[in-house]
Amino acid sequence: MAAKRKKKLGLKQRYSMLTRGLDWETSYQKMDDVFPYDNYEGIYIHDWEGWEDPFRLTMDAYWKFQSEKEKKLYAVIDSFAQNNGHLGITDARYVNAIKLFLTGVSPLEYQAARGFTHVGRQFRGVGPRVACQMQALDELRHVQTQVHSMSHYNKYFDGLHSAPHMHDNVWYLSVPKSFFDDARTAGPFEFLTSISFAFEYVLTNLLFVPFMSGAAFNGDMATVTFGFSAQSDEARHMTLGLEVIKFMLEQDERNVPIVQRWMDKWFWRGTRMLSLVAMMMDYMLPKRVMSWREAWDIYFTEAGGALFKDLERYGIKPPKYADIATKEAEHISHQAWHIFYNYTHAAAFHTWVPDKEELDWLSEKYPDTFDKYYRPRLEYLDKEEKAGRRFYNDTLPMLCQVCQIPMGFTDMDDPTTISFKVSEYKDDKYHTCSNGCKDIFDHEPMKYVQAWLPVHQIYQGNCGGSEMEDVLKWYKMNLGADNLDYNGSPDQKLWDEWQAHRTKV
Amino acid sequence: MSRIVSITLQTNDDSRPIIEAITKDNPDAVAKYYPGMVKIDCEGRLVVKQETVEEILGREWDVQELQLSIVSIAGNVDEEDEYFELSWNL
Amino acid sequence: MSLEIKTSIIEPRRQTYSHIAKRLGEDKPAARYQEATWDLQPTTNFHYRPTWDPQREIYDKSLTAIKMEDWYSFNDPRQLYYGAYTIARHKMMEAEENHFKFIDKTSMMDLVSGEWQQKVKEFLLPLRHFEWGANMNNCDCSDKSYGAAISQVALFAAMDRLGMAQIISRTGLVLDDSTGKSLDEAKLLWMEADMWQGVRRMTEDSFVLKDWFEMFTAQNFCMDGVVFPLFYDYFDKEGQEHGGSALSMLNEFMQDWGKDERRWMDHLLKVTAAESPENAALLSGWIKEWTDRAIEAFTPIARHVLGSKADEVMAEIRTEINKRAAKSGIEI
Repeated sequence: MAAKRKKKLGLKQRYSMLTRGLDWETSYQKMDDVFPYDNYEGIYIHDWEGWEDPFRLTMDAYWKFQSEKEKKLYAVIDSFAQNNGHLGITDARYVNAIKLFLTGVSPLEYQAARGFTHVGRQFRGVGPRVACQMQALDELRHVQTQVHSMSHYNKYFDGLHSAPHMHDNVWYLSVPKSFFDDARTAGPFEFLTSISFAFEYVLTNLLFVPFMSGAAFNGDMATVTFGFSAQSDEARHMTLGLEVIKFMLEQDERNVPIVQRWMDKWFWRGTRMLSLVAMMMDYMLPKRVMSWREAWDIYFTEAGGALFKDLERYGIKPPKYADIATKEAEHISHQAWHIFYNYTHAAAFHTWVPDKEELDWLSEKYPDTFDKYYRPRLEYLDKEEKAGRRFYNDTLPMLCQVCQIPMGFTDMDDPTTISFKVSEYKDDKYHTCSNGCKDIFDHEPMKYVQAWLPVHQIYQGNCGGSEMEDVLKWYKMNLGADNLDYNGSPDQKLWDEWQAHRTKV
Repeated sequence: MSRIVSITLQTNDDSRPIIEAITKDNPDAVAKYYPGMVKIDCEGRLVVKQETVEEILGREWDVQELQLSIVSIAGNVDEEDEYFELSWNL
Repeated sequence: MSLEIKTSIIEPRRQTYSHIAKRLGEDKPAARYQEATWDLQPTTNFHYRPTWDPQREIYDKSLTAIKMEDWYSFNDPRQLYYGAYTIARHKMMEAEENHFKFIDKTSMMDLVSGEWQQKVKEFLLPLRHFEWGANMNNCDCSDKSYGAAISQVALFAAMDRLGMAQIISRTGLVLDDSTGKSLDEAKLLWMEADMWQGVRRMTEDSFVLKDWFEMFTAQNFCMDGVVFPLFYDYFDKEGQEHGGSALSMLNEFMQDWGKDERRWMDHLLKVTAAESPENAALLSGWIKEWTDRAIEAFTPIARHVLGSKADEVMAEIRTEINKRAAKSGIEI
């Protein structure tokens, strides 16, 4: 039998034949009824065929590569658990970053999975739909691998036992939760601008790349493995984020101001949320790879600069308040840490005053600000603690109506004055922490007045009772274990015991 | 302003030949090593060529295998059977 | 590094997360499926209402008439979480890939009679659009459903349907020597041929169903309850008589998948119907309506392929669906 030479299809052509022709123009039901949500945001799309597939993975290749990644990852997770990998980390203080990750970030991965499932059904074009569905599945992967990786830490450390409940209820976790709720309740194009572009493309590197490298540096093989493994999907997600922006901008010039406004909004909301990551990097990694400031310079100023230069030809400008955010990179980690130092008796992770070597590192990394504003304060707090007066703030803070962070951030040109802005809506006053958040509020007040603000809810009696202790129990916190300073915590006691045994050998 | 494109890869045995190929095909590329990863920056454009990786590896290599080692990218992506390219519009 | 720490002081302080222990009834080591699934979805204190549908919450139990005390009482009998899912599918796909390679190498497709090849182009290739419809419906259900357990099953199913649409497309490319001509023709049949209009109408009608559980049942129990036996069992056998073993090999993925789907779908219906007579009544009504529609829609295609045997085959398929429903505690 003479085998005839088969034609070999190129990657793009093959992908197109296997995917792009699958959809059709419905006629028994109106297209607008089948896709009711993709045209109310004011985005004009004339030709869905103009969508450039950001990556061309057919399902066979997807299963192949992803199953290979999963096999590798679970081999590491298993060996980490079998070898008591938690004993090999640099210091138990590090685990507090993991606590914040499991309660604050992992639930967002789940939200992302559901959000991408939603838009993966709602777009009229088959190209974006398939890309979104694949991302939905990836995001499910991320939350599940994180839950599995951190399960081992939960066996030995406090504060990791009730992440779903805490994410839904605990005050500081409303910062990430409201961020994602905001994106999910927006239309499909805004959702992609917020999550795929502003978050995945512009900001996610700041969370995953230096932090995960930090995890590697601190001996946390389980986290670095899930982190990098998740990040390998992220390259696809980033490409989707950039493609959706270019697609909207190329389709109709009336889309440009809408996209610009979304970029401004989500850039700001994203940087606010990342202030939690800033303090994780500068304060919670015992061994540090780079400072928040350095990460900002590499991943926002340099990479973001090139990106926005590229988008200039569409009439897009760098996000509004990018200059303020860059100024903040000098301050934000220190201010955020201070807020949590104040309220760690109401948090499910520990805080502490960094030791001298760590303070010196911060002085070196932040020569213009740290010694001037933040080091004296930390040294004072240290003295107070050593004199038996560890400071906890017993009044509840006012929260920003938009980002929901306690209003402890300062004016960046005047780092000793708290910044706050006021808007009025239907005879009520609403407070925001910055012009960035105020703009967001003023554009859609009817949305942001709905916010479930934890402090308001506590005062209204909706959170378990009127005493702090009632509220913390309602949060399912184990008092005296999950909360308070690291010094004197059960985590510390156990860690020191392990270390003591180690040195005897 | 510089227009750096960038690819970050995990440092492991899968990525070693890729890193080598990138360095060979992009003489201007600069590799910075961090714990667990390497960030390779290049002005304007950077390409990963299937042919070069296959030469180093001594076996067939599917460009999509990059999926297994990639950590992050900056730049517009163009992917074909024979290459994976990152660029900014000049 | 070796650490000689007495085992007594590295005893775990707890075995699993609190919410998992609560569902297990005690603090004991949990399965990966359980930790990856239970209580994963947020349930309360949503900050804003969807601007695209302000009537509902982000996660909302009222998007179906089915009522469950606990939406985690359904557990996937396959215990699939992402890792287990991709590994299982890759294994199935590897076998399928070998079939494609074998057929390519041996030019086995040339042994299939021209007449049967033509038939396959008319009945199998347009089905890629039905599979895409099934992708949309499962994606919609994954979006609207309540609780991570059902939502992830639907998402896996959605991606599987895309995968199967792609396998069917590749079969077309084998038949048309990679020109894509057969796929264009199949789309024309899907859009215009009388034989396919019942299926297309049913598919489009299912897209706009408001109740996601109805959609889930209509797609995965009723429509698939017709399609999988009809195409991959009866049509497959018919093909054997026309030298169609090459095509038969390529059906393997779908045959295995169909069996897999029956397992979790029947289990889901059983759990849901057992919850309350109201649930059982809803399911019964939906199954009756959508089975009738699916049988009617696919009958012209069955006749085109099976000729006079078609009506008998469709009756057998209907009996089997009713039997499965009865086993799940649902009388039709």
